Amino acid sequence: MSEPAVSDASSPRAPVRALVTLPPQLRRGEPFEVRVLIAHPMETGHRADAQGRRVPRDIVRRIECRLDGELVFAADLHPAVAANPYVAFPLVAQGDGTLAVTWAGDRGFAHAMSVAVTPR
Amino acid sequence: MPIPRPFLPGRRTLLRAAGAGAALAVVRPAAALPEAMRAAIAAFTGGVVPREGRVRLELAELVENGNAVPVTVSVQSAMTEAEHVRRIALFTERNPEPGVAVFHLSPRNGRAVVSTRMRLATSQQVVALAMMSDGSCWMASMEVVVTLAACVES
Repeated sequence: MSEPAVSDASSPRAPVRALVTLPPQLRRGEPFEVRVLIAHPMETGHRADAQGRRVPRDIVRRIECRLDGELVFAADLHPAVAANPYVAFPLVAQGDGTLAVTWAGDRGFAHAMSVAVTPR
Repeated sequence: MPIPRPFLPGRRTLLRAAGAGAALAVVRPAAALPEAMRAAIAAFTGGVVPREGRVRLELAELVENGNAVPVTVSVQSAMTEAEHVRRIALFTERNPEPGVAVFHLSPRNGRAVVSTRMRLATSQQVVALAMMSDGSCWMASMEVVVTLAACVES
């Protein structure tokens, strides 16, 4: 794996750590694996705290991936996706481009980051 | 008084019965699914009846920690404009909510395979579904045994 792109952009709460990882060598027209990971508790809304009060749901609901503006992958997540949601999917690139990933969730959670896609 | 032999099930008969039971537990008809899961699946498929096949669900049969269970779903498809997978979904039988995730794909993906990490509240059946560009729906399911459940309700 090449050095993964890491983002630390600020959001309404603490700084968000996210990773978008591509294989080190990409071949034009051949599928490669994109791995997308973000630090997030994915609070299910089904848990109670020490005082017995229900902890409100706080999850990432949607991940969108755009290659040069075109939506190439999206995921709708429910509370059954583990904390620090990780998703991997294949992608084909015909030339140089930019892969933009966005996360959106409860309590106005939003994060975005981009990586360069440079197939040979 | 000894029971005449023909009335006692032989060892082989018992083994066969046990084998049949295990097979039934693994491949249950959609009608045997819990109501919440069946409703969630129907909402995803839009009423199309899923057929067994084309979908491969990769998941450990025995899970030690239900908090983050790696799962991969792959679908047999050329992923061309004419024939591709549009959506892949994961459902569980006994989590507090049946839906896990829905993945949206297109020919730009080249292959139809997605991976993630899911929570399993208890030992249960996991179902993977794929909606194709021709409107057909395919499925695979698996029974998973969980030793340490995800703390979703405690």
